[in-house]
This record gives sequence, structure tokens and C-alpha cells, in this order.
Amino acid sequence: MPDNFPANAGATDPGAPPNVTKRRPNAPLWLGFLIVVFAFLSYIPIFARYPVTRDMPWANFLFFALGLLFLFVGLRRAFTQPHLYRGKIAGSILSTLSVAALAFFCLIIFSLGKRLPPSAQAPKVGQQAPDFTLADTSGHTVSLASLLSTSDPSHPTKGVILIFYRGYW
Amino acid sequence: MAISVDSPGESQDLCRKAGYSYTFLSDPNADVIRRYDLLHKGAGVNGHDIARPAEFLLDSSGTIRWINLTGDLRVRARPDEMLQAAKSL
Repeated sequence: MPDNFPANAGATDPGAPPNVTKRRPNAPLWLGFLIVVFAFLSYIPIFARYPVTRDMPWANFLFFALGLLFLFVGLRRAFTQPHLYRGKIAGSILSTLSVAALAFFCLIIFSLGKRLPPSAQAPKVGQQAPDFTLADTSGHTVSLASLLSTSDPSHPTKGVILIFYRGYW
Repeated sequence: MAISVDSPGESQDLCRKAGYSYTFLSDPNADVIRRYDLLHKGAGVNGHDIARPAEFLLDSSGTIRWINLTGDLRVRARPDEMLQAAKSL
């Protein structure tokens, strides 16, 4: 019956380890998880500073590896020395989250960014770029032809770079 | 110059924040982006059609001399690549 059920069944359970409250916190688990979070979030800040890491984010993968190593150490002592260390449940959750973060990171890096239209009909090298007229940031209309021509004969326009970008919508 | 579906005001904010001094043009209905076959359907916020990243170098006659159609959103032309291409003009 619920009324007879002891509220502190766990504490009075004679089978429970006697020193259950003295178990040490399992720092590597939390440190490892923090490193994994950093590895996930730091891709853009790292490549903004070190452009060589943009195409292959090896710095982030090193941080992921370091974080997962700490998690492995923490998880191993939580399960092999449960009388000494906490973290069986927290460690399992943090490790699962970390592996999922690594998988999602790989998906972003190696798959999502490559889902682009083929643009097979885009103008080719040697062709004339189709002219157009659009509004600039002050709302004035600007044509490609006007950018290619110049009114200053001492500084003739050498060329124009067209950059199409996704924008911030 | 740079082209996107952003409004002139949004581009102005971007130029002010980032310090860009070259021309930014607005193609809100993606007409020019479509004409260049650079439309990325539904890739923007709320499924808006936007431009896929692409860079073209034109000489003074308007002839295309160099193109970078990236196969990966993360990988765009670097400034030194563009300068190298521009040196050939």
C-alpha cells in the first residue's frame, strides 16, 4: 500500500553502499563535455582567425577528440569504480550528447553545405555578362554597364567583380 | 560589386558594420540572380529563394574572365584568389 511505503527506502536499504555520499565528483566528464561544446561552437571564430581551418576544420576535430577522451576517462571510472566516482547517469547523457554533437557537426561540414543548385546555365568564361540594373544601398539604380564604363579617362575601369551572396534576408 | 536579395537598407547596415566601400545592389525578387542561374530555391529564411554564392570577374568589355562557383557553402573565393585573377586583366 502507498501509505506503508517508506519514503526513504533508498537510504535505509541495507544493500546500498555505505559511503554513497562520499563519492567524488567526476570532473573529466564535465570538462570533456565543455570541450565538446566549445569544439562545436568555435568553427566560425577559429576560421575567421585562422583561415586555413575553414575548408577542413581540423582544429575543431582536435577539440572534439580531446573532449571525447576526457568523457571516456570519466565514464570509465564512473562504471569501473562506482563506489569512488559519481557520473554513471550524467556521464552517459553527456557522452551521448557529445557524440550527437560530433555527428551533427560532421553533417553540417561534410553534407549540408554541399547541397547547392547545379547552376548549369550560369554564364561561362569568355561569355558576355548579362547586363542588369538594380538599386544600390541609397536606392539609386546602378547598371552593370555603368560600372564597366567610366567618366574618368585617366583611371579607366579595368574590370568588375560580381559577388553573388546569400544575404541576411 | 555585391548582389543579394537583401533590401538596400539591409545592405547599407551590412556595409556600415563591415566597412565595405564597394557597390552593393539589391535584387529582392531574385530576377538577376535567376537570369544568372544562381537561384537557390527555398534556402533562405521562411523558404525564401536566395542566391547561391558565386563570384565572376569581368574585364572592361563585360566579358567574363574568371568564375568561382563553389561546390560548398563554406568554401568561397578568397581575396587573394580574386586578386590573382584580377591581375590577369
